[in-house]
Amino acid sequence: MKTDMVIAGVGGQGILSIAAALGSAALDNDLYMKQAETHGMSQRGGDVQSFMRISDKPIYSDLIPRGGADIILSVEPMEALRYLPYLKQGGYVVTNSTPFVNIPDYPEMEELEKTIKDLPNYVLIDADQIAEETTGSKRAFNFVMLGAASPFIDVPFEYLEEGIRKIFERKGEEVIEMNIKALHAGRKFAEENK
Amino acid sequence: MQKSLLLGVEAIAQGAIDGGMSGVYAYPGTPSTEITEYIQHSKQAQQLNIHRDWAANEKTAMESALGMSYAGKRSMVCMKHVGLNVAADCFMNAAITGANGGMLIVVADDPSMHSSQNEQDSRVYGKFAMMPILEPSNQQEAYDMARFGFELSEACEIPVLMRITTRLAHSRAGVTRAAEVVAQNDMKLPEDKVQFVLLPGIARKRYKLLLNNQAKFETASEESPYNSYTDGADKSMGIIACGLGYNYLMENYPNGDCPYPVVKISQYPIPRTMIQKITSECDKVMVLEEGYPVVEEMLKGYLEKEAVIGRLDGTLSRDGELKPEMVGRALGFDVEEGAEVPNLVSARPPALCVGCSHIDVYTALNEVVAEYGEGRVFADIGCYTLGALPPFNAINSCVDMGASVTMAKGAADAGLIPSVAVIGDSTFTHSGMTGLLDAINEKTPITVIISDNESISMTGGQHSSAKGKLESICEGLGVEPEHLHVLTAVPKKRDDLKDLLRKEFEYQGVSVIIPRRVCVQKNVRDQKIKKAAKAKAAAKA
Repeated sequence: MKTDMVIAGVGGQGILSIAAALGSAALDNDLYMKQAETHGMSQRGGDVQSFMRISDKPIYSDLIPRGGADIILSVEPMEALRYLPYLKQGGYVVTNSTPFVNIPDYPEMEELEKTIKDLPNYVLIDADQIAEETTGSKRAFNFVMLGAASPFIDVPFEYLEEGIRKIFERKGEEVIEMNIKALHAGRKFAEENK
Repeated sequence: MQKSLLLGVEAIAQGAIDGGMSGVYAYPGTPSTEITEYIQHSKQAQQLNIHRDWAANEKTAMESALGMSYAGKRSMVCMKHVGLNVAADCFMNAAITGANGGMLIVVADDPSMHSSQNEQDSRVYGKFAMMPILEPSNQQEAYDMARFGFELSEACEIPVLMRITTRLAHSRAGVTRAAEVVAQNDMKLPEDKVQFVLLPGIARKRYKLLLNNQAKFETASEESPYNSYTDGADKSMGIIACGLGYNYLMENYPNGDCPYPVVKISQYPIPRTMIQKITSECDKVMVLEEGYPVVEEMLKGYLEKEAVIGRLDGTLSRDGELKPEMVGRALGFDVEEGAEVPNLVSARPPALCVGCSHIDVYTALNEVVAEYGEGRVFADIGCYTLGALPPFNAINSCVDMGASVTMAKGAADAGLIPSVAVIGDSTFTHSGMTGLLDAINEKTPITVIISDNESISMTGGQHSSAKGKLESICEGLGVEPEHLHVLTAVPKKRDDLKDLLRKEFEYQGVSVIIPRRVCVQKNVRDQKIKKAAKAKAAAKA
């Protein structure tokens, strides 16, 4: 059992909550995990990524080698492509289709979508819309994304639910249920569209 | 025992708390900031009454930590690598005074410069000061070594340097905590009453003692649980892996079947007998180390008598951090290259936040500077350094903490008038005040803009030592009241700021303009905290 995943997005989008839920899930089930993240200067609206590694054997490197990631999970479509050098052959790109435009030279959406659809394995999902439809708020889009990536993560699905429960423990049942609903909606979409 | 999910920096913080620390002293700097933040947020640290306030800069922090050690208690001081330059005076001399209570100096290096001006390797400083160095290779070691570092410091009677790098600092893993928390030391003055008095006569004795103790430090390295020699059948090559270098080595042998002998180093001075064994038994030696080729250079020697490969001969890149695939290639593996990044992907550099007060400052400044000609704006370290990027392209320098004021002074001395300094509130109290005094004493025609957002923002909104003190500091240093201005940094006051700049650019002496508005990120966080406190109070009522 081993999954290496690059989680990508833009500073401020909250990719670390995805990593936190996964990390908690891994640790509570006696799996090894390492998760490297970006702090500091690039957090100010720049591109950010987190390397997430989960395994039932000890993990050494905090970094995923190039060509070694099973999954690229991106909460923003252009950022998904930035990390293609890390994807292994046969790996999956799971990305939100809602762009985060804070630069003047953001590519044309049509071209961007075409590039993603030319990849051998991808899930392109409008996580913002699905979050809104299923939970009434876009806020849970991060967990729609985790749900969409879950079929490719070598960790039992229940563990992910437990992880969400754990990290939102203090925020109450309502927040937990909202995010778990989002997780299920994302998974359903991926199962039907992978 | 249940594992805690901790960043490398948090592991050090928890290790120090559990290891009997009485105080942490620090100035924020990526990737070291969260060590102190973790301790500030820790209930355990609060209960143990551990000192945990921010210092004005790294030098004051290290001196305070040394003072706590003098009084017999365990202290820790944390900074980023370039912070050690600021604290270097105290650092070098603390190796001569030695420690009384255990003292741990944690320095976080940033190879590949993710958030820094250079990638200097703090192990060079450690060697320079002849101090023992710890270099954890993973989060568990980071936790364990904090406690171990205090013990080592007390056993060797010298501060101990712990060097980490960005990847360990900002990577999480499960950490098992020690079963027992070490009690804090009682206050106890040094037995030698003049140990800390570095008058030449005493310093010479202390320095001899430091030299004589090197053998003892080396023995500690030989016996350290963090250094090891693992034999391998293939003697065509031996591998010396320091700190994180060990992880990248083992990553390439997932079943643990590295055929070569391996020396793992996480404590310095380097363990001589292990090194002698591996160099004599193997045809050549590869050194894997994060940062500068420190060990490689030592072994290779100036005359290159030893067959040593690594960063110096191009086996590994001379600059930047190590990567698992880079080490794989060096070991002769067929490494996957991965796909190319598609051309349509644009760069997404960091930028000033929407509504940031620095935007108001740069917008006004750019217009006025254009009237005088470009090339005269000296900036400093902080969010406002992003003024170097489009759309502002507003600044001409960013060198070190405080350099804006003094570089503007030097340029004005050379005839570049007006010269302008742009510095943040916290950077000003860190290292800008003394430079301003120089300019005041010489009545140098410079205009200093202290862009005051009432927080240390780039590192996450820590408390600024300058809060509420800037005007009185400037007045106290001797800025003339009619050339000291404070105004709110908002779009509708940009014209006022422009008028002020034009007026002060014409003044042939020191002017200080303080545009002030709280950091937008800090404001959001403060509002959230207020709201939560209100909700809590309401729930109680």
